[in-house]
Amino acid sequence: MTSRRGFLERFVQLTFGALGAVVVYPVLRFLSPPHVAEDRSARVLAAKVADLSRDGWKIFPFGSEPGILVEVAPGEYRAFSATCTHLECTVQMEKASHRIWCACHNGYYDLEGRNVAGPPPRPLTRFTVHVEGEDIYVSRA
Amino acid sequence: MTPVASRVAGWLRDRVGLSGLEHVVQTKTVPVHRHSAWYYFGGMTLFFFTIQVTTGILLMLYYKPSVQEAHESIQFIMTQVSFGWLIRSIHSWSANLMVATAFIHLFSVLLMKAYRPPRELTWMSGFVLLVLVLGFGFSGYLLPWNKLAYFATRVGTDIAGSVPVVGGFLLRFLRGGDHVSGSTLSRFYGWHVAILPAITTFLIVLHLVLVQRHGMSIPPSEERHGVPVRRMRFVPDFLLRDVFGWILALGVLAALAALFPWELGEKADPFAPAPPDIRPEWYFMAMFQALRLIPGGSLFGLENETYLILGFGAVGLLAFLLPLIDRRVVREGRSPLVTLAGVFGLAFLVGFTAIGYRAWWPVWATLLIAAGGWMAGRMAVSRQEGNS
Ligand code: FES
Repeated sequence: MTSRRGFLERFVQLTFGALGAVVVYPVLRFLSPPHVAEDRSARVLAAKVADLSRDGWKIFPFGSEPGILVEVAPGEYRAFSATCTHLECTVQMEKASHRIWCACHNGYYDLEGRNVAGPPPRPLTRFTVHVEGEDIYVSRA
Repeated sequence: MTPVASRVAGWLRDRVGLSGLEHVVQTKTVPVHRHSAWYYFGGMTLFFFTIQVTTGILLMLYYKPSVQEAHESIQFIMTQVSFGWLIRSIHSWSANLMVATAFIHLFSVLLMKAYRPPRELTWMSGFVLLVLVLGFGFSGYLLPWNKLAYFATRVGTDIAGSVPVVGGFLLRFLRGGDHVSGSTLSRFYGWHVAILPAITTFLIVLHLVLVQRHGMSIPPSEERHGVPVRRMRFVPDFLLRDVFGWILALGVLAALAALFPWELGEKADPFAPAPPDIRPEWYFMAMFQALRLIPGGSLFGLENETYLILGFGAVGLLAFLLPLIDRRVVREGRSPLVTLAGVFGLAFLVGFTAIGYRAWWPVWATLLIAAGGWMAGRMAVSRQEGNS
């Protein structure tokens, strides 16, 4: 048997506890952002052949992420995700060494996308390239 | 307290040294008399303010203050974010309830003459706080960038623009340019989430410190009874009643927000004509209606409505300076003229709001609430007298 005072104290505690919960729960849910449907389009127009002939490489938007398109030999193209597998910097082409380079922590990938030097732990994701006339399309493999 | 809790409390006491606060907790009392109910409205306003701060910060996490995205981001909050509709509805409803309790607080302080020395600064800071609350309402109203808000802002800023001499500057200052545009939106957002909150926080602290320093004012009508008024300890007796009121308010707020979610409206289109149901928020309605009743034309080179706008400004200034003006209440403990002016002001606000809405129910509701309050006061007094 609890005393009347004990019961009342319990009751008030429970009330405030419940009140706190109904406030905290919606707030926590509000704080976690909803998943926005991403543009998962399978195929994008990454570049024109003419764009690449100058530098030999190009960063293009693939959905909301950058991709990198490289001309490895005349008329031969490869595309990778341009997001470094280390800490998500965007990579670039280092023409002199014929490698893909990440400036953030000096990571290197070869033209197969393999991580060959520096901190990157995994190779870059490779995409498929289709050339249709002057247009270079990239799609997820 | 458990040993751990008391050790933590002791540790904090040694370092923070909140002896002032402890003193208040131990000694603060609240006078008990038939008008005591009005003491709750200041705390209630503060409660709504904390809700505004909390929900406002939450909304900032998703809101995007630009013409392209403002409306869409609120739509996103209302439809995609978990409980987003609830948080936004609570923010809107609580804003309206806060304006209402702030007005009630102001008029109760006015009629109970709580602005008497040494509480002049308490009144003045409180009056500025009310103006700031209205500023929050005005700047927040535009943020959803919907049709009603767009035109309300055009009208509102235009009113500021018609003030002689400084009007042109005021208008451009408020709008961030000559027209209501994206610049206005950024500006209002800045006011709403940074400038006004900063000033308001400072003034609330000042206001509360002053209230603690001087204690609750006892209305002169009660002081005249001569007998010392009964007192209630602030902690825990009055505070518990406060908290009870806040929980009740939270319940009302949640019910309003859930049953009548605040509408978003249609996105503003600067090249569309004003919608026929255009009107300001209810707390600007009295002024809006009064302006509508002024016939067009001009007098001595100023447009007619300018006189009214200047008149409102003058009344505001007089109200702000009231404790310095009303010497009679110091000498005689009563000032029927101020009471009359207060009642007149209240009647003007309620009456013109009612005319503006073409509905008399606010008047009846006010009269009913007033009658109910008066009866409750009567009953409390007779019970008290029966007890003693
Ligand atoms: S992020 Fe690329 S090497 Fe660290």
